[in-house]
Amino acid sequence: MNALLSQFVNLLASALLMLSFAMISQRRILSLIHLFTLQGATLVAATILVGYATNQPHLYFSAGLTFLLKVVAIPLLLHRAIDRLNVRWDIETLINIPTMMIVGIGLVIFAFNLALPIAKLSATVARGTLGIALACVLLSFMMMITRAKAIPQVIGFLSMENALFFAATAATYGMPMVVELGIALDVLVGILILGVFMFQIREQFDSLDIRHLERLKEE
Amino acid sequence: MEALASVLGLPLAGGLLLAFVGHRDAARDVNAAFSFATLVAALVLMTHVIESGPFMVWNKAFFIDPLNVFLVTLTAFVGFTTALFSRPYMRIERDHGKMTPRRMRLYHSAYQLFNFTMLLALMTNNMGILWVAMEAATLATVLLVSVYRTAASLEAAWKYFILCGVGIAQALFGTVLLYMAAERVLGSEGGALLWTNLDAVKGQLEPNILTLSFVFMILGYGTKAGFVPVHNWLPDAHAEGPTPISAVLSGLLLNVALYAILRCKVLTDGALHTHLAGNLMMGFGLLSVVAAAFFISRQRDVKRMFAYSSIEHVGLMAFAFGVGGPVANFAGLLHMTVHSLIKSAIFFAVGHAAQNAGTQIMSEIRGLLRISPTVGWGLMLGTLAILGMPPFGVFASEFLILTTAMRVQPWATPLLLLALGVAFASVFRRVQPMVFGESSMQPLAHPPALLPTFVHLGLGLMLGLYIPPYLAEWYRQAAKMIGG
Amino acid sequence: MNALAFASQALEILVALLLGPLLTGWVNQWRARLQNRTAPSLFLPFRTLHKLFIKEAVVAEHASPLFRAAPYIVFGCMVLACGIVPTLSTDLPLAPAADAIALVGLFALARVFISLAAMDIGTSFGTLGARREMLIGFLAEPALLMVLFSASLISKSTSLTTIVETLAHRELAIYPSLAFASVAFTMVSLAENARVPVDNPTTHLELTMIHEAMILEYSGRHLALIEWAASLKLFAYSCIGLALFFPWGVAEAQAPLALILALPVLVLKLAIGGIALAVFETVSAKMRIFRVPEFLAAAFLLAVIGMLVHILLGT
Repeated sequence: MNALLSQFVNLLASALLMLSFAMISQRRILSLIHLFTLQGATLVAATILVGYATNQPHLYFSAGLTFLLKVVAIPLLLHRAIDRLNVRWDIETLINIPTMMIVGIGLVIFAFNLALPIAKLSATVARGTLGIALACVLLSFMMMITRAKAIPQVIGFLSMENALFFAATAATYGMPMVVELGIALDVLVGILILGVFMFQIREQFDSLDIRHLERLKEE
Repeated sequence: MEALASVLGLPLAGGLLLAFVGHRDAARDVNAAFSFATLVAALVLMTHVIESGPFMVWNKAFFIDPLNVFLVTLTAFVGFTTALFSRPYMRIERDHGKMTPRRMRLYHSAYQLFNFTMLLALMTNNMGILWVAMEAATLATVLLVSVYRTAASLEAAWKYFILCGVGIAQALFGTVLLYMAAERVLGSEGGALLWTNLDAVKGQLEPNILTLSFVFMILGYGTKAGFVPVHNWLPDAHAEGPTPISAVLSGLLLNVALYAILRCKVLTDGALHTHLAGNLMMGFGLLSVVAAAFFISRQRDVKRMFAYSSIEHVGLMAFAFGVGGPVANFAGLLHMTVHSLIKSAIFFAVGHAAQNAGTQIMSEIRGLLRISPTVGWGLMLGTLAILGMPPFGVFASEFLILTTAMRVQPWATPLLLLALGVAFASVFRRVQPMVFGESSMQPLAHPPALLPTFVHLGLGLMLGLYIPPYLAEWYRQAAKMIGG
Repeated sequence: MNALAFASQALEILVALLLGPLLTGWVNQWRARLQNRTAPSLFLPFRTLHKLFIKEAVVAEHASPLFRAAPYIVFGCMVLACGIVPTLSTDLPLAPAADAIALVGLFALARVFISLAAMDIGTSFGTLGARREMLIGFLAEPALLMVLFSASLISKSTSLTTIVETLAHRELAIYPSLAFASVAFTMVSLAENARVPVDNPTTHLELTMIHEAMILEYSGRHLALIEWAASLKLFAYSCIGLALFFPWGVAEAQAPLALILALPVLVLKLAIGGIALAVFETVSAKMRIFRVPEFLAAAFLLAVIGMLVHILLGT
């Protein structure tokens, strides 16, 4: 029974990795938000499952927190933001998907290699998933580097947060409660500040294209 | 413990209060008053520690030990003097039309909250809370960087937010790994992230996990400290934000980020019994020193130039801690202290100089001595001090670092000397005409507050000539704790 | 090797020949329903085949013998492929003849012949279709191989029957690597069977067509064979997908009862799969031909990640 549960956690981990790849190859902003919501939901499911498999009730609480924050609040804020900024149908041009995918594979291999010796040491149900979590972090990182628009960058940032949260759940059954609350607060404040920012950028440049933000460079 | 509670509670309360009344004229004084009260509480805390030694409170949630106690005092002190400096500075900014009442409110509230996060990061015993506080420090200052709403300031703030957010996310991953290692030894009951508990069992922590954890930590907190490959946010944020913020970013945030790395280094050294952590720090440090020195020579903006100088000095500190051992650690801690004092003093002077000239471009600031002798002398003396001229404290600490490097890592000495030489030449070449020479600038409407500048310079001078015995004792204890 | 095995092999081929066109009809029916059109009969593909078989086959003047032979070769390949894929039973006399890699080879052989035949006449549409078909095949085949390797890694054999036996008859286990493989496989099958995001099976007069462009010159029984082969290909791909990702219900050796049960299970699974395909085709839009390499590269990389995940998780 437990073996099956842990395999199911592995499956959800793979789903997260797949969603990360879907996100780096998604050009539409709206679809990106949907993918992000889905990623949050997967994360919630994984957290609940780990909580159930290991009988750690506090994970239910953190799953609830994740649900409120990552599946309800932040997507809602993002939807409102894209409506008010009028970028709902924006499409990011100029991303070379096959190259990104190949680099992504490289990152996955790198992450797996890094995590392999450590995965063996972990006694948790989902020990193999640390490598996947690390791979997701790196993929989100890549997404942030390659995107030129503000909202995809923010989504990359948030999905990195998701991956980290998953790492915490998979490797250690979640951080201590007080830390988790602190992280949730930081994320919430962060997203509010980002919202303010996007309006400021828009006001200044009439566009959410980060390529406008390239004046400050070393000559 | 009341003093500790008030050190944390006062800035938090101040931040909340100023969020409502921060736009009033009196807010500048309220801001300074809160910072002063925090300083008093920190001094009470310090005397308590001098009398009865380190302690922990509230279920080990917070602690004071030799490593953080002087940083707490320093943070409260620089926080207070910067609040003093910002009184006339912000008044002038408002008169120039750069600060609206809403922006004033944001500024005052965020200033106190920033101080709160710094103090929280320093005093918490929990590595997770340390992370939370570091992230909160970014959040508190990011809107201040973009407060002028110019294109450049928005860009700087966006970079600051994204780069530090990404960086700090790496540190979170490191923290998760650390917790994973700790859980195997301490069990999952609460205290596995408490630094004191970790320190007690550091020999049993799994070396593989700790190695990976430290790599992520140094990348993450190193981003905030401004280590070179991940420093890009720092010059922009310093140059585009209001000057008091530049002063506290350079004077405080960099210290606290370095402090976080040091905490991780102690654990990693204990688990690994190798010099890996130290080597990494030396590598990042040396790279930062050398790269920053060459970047300095190409700057046109005065605040950018001094921001790069901060990167250089943080690199020097990281190098010192990386070398390790009692002398180098002592020198690193001393350098931390004097750099905070003098760099913030320089930013105070630079802030008024830029207000005088109406620009931050160095070639357009000329003859400060004519127009405002205090600003001119403040800038000149500060520059000499930061460049390591005797008898200022920077000279003492740099001398110690260099002599230790000569003994332990001789190959690094020429690089360091070269970098320091380049930095000296480029900074001095730029500052000299700014201070001396003819001027066509207008005097300021309100007298500049340069008392903080000279107090800081005085302290920096004192530390170069004489270190009070209890301070030296702390340094020695802290240096022993950091180990090598 | 016994009579039962030969019986199940024969039954399988027969079922494939019958269910293939039915599956095509089923998908078309559902597509029509989802698009608010009057649904055609389920047996329309059979009627079309019948009609084509009794019509005279017209062949272009300068067509070479290759042009006439191609439909038979293609049809033969597809029948053989359907014989290899374990749809009803894993006890198949033909199965040792070819493993998963040979299966991919069979599909490639059919592709080569149909492309050659398309170029044989020398019309512009034929060559255009052939070129595009080769482009897709060139990208899809490695991805398909990777998908099959992911499954082979689990069962440690490239024989399809062994894979299905391992997946269906061992204790229940979830393989995350198969999740990646299944997504990749779906993408590859859509491309290989000329379904919507890559090609549109219902248009004849668009510059974007691929499969239809190649068979424009065929008529009569040749066309019938090619159409039948196309439905067999869809059937074979569906069955590979079912065998790899939903293998439950396939009969083992020496189990005549299970064989009887296996047929309704297969029909049910195909019916559900057909509806899913129709829904997918209705909601998605056809992509530009230049996007197809991107699409297939993604499939390939997903399959590779599946293998990596398998290695990491070491299930």
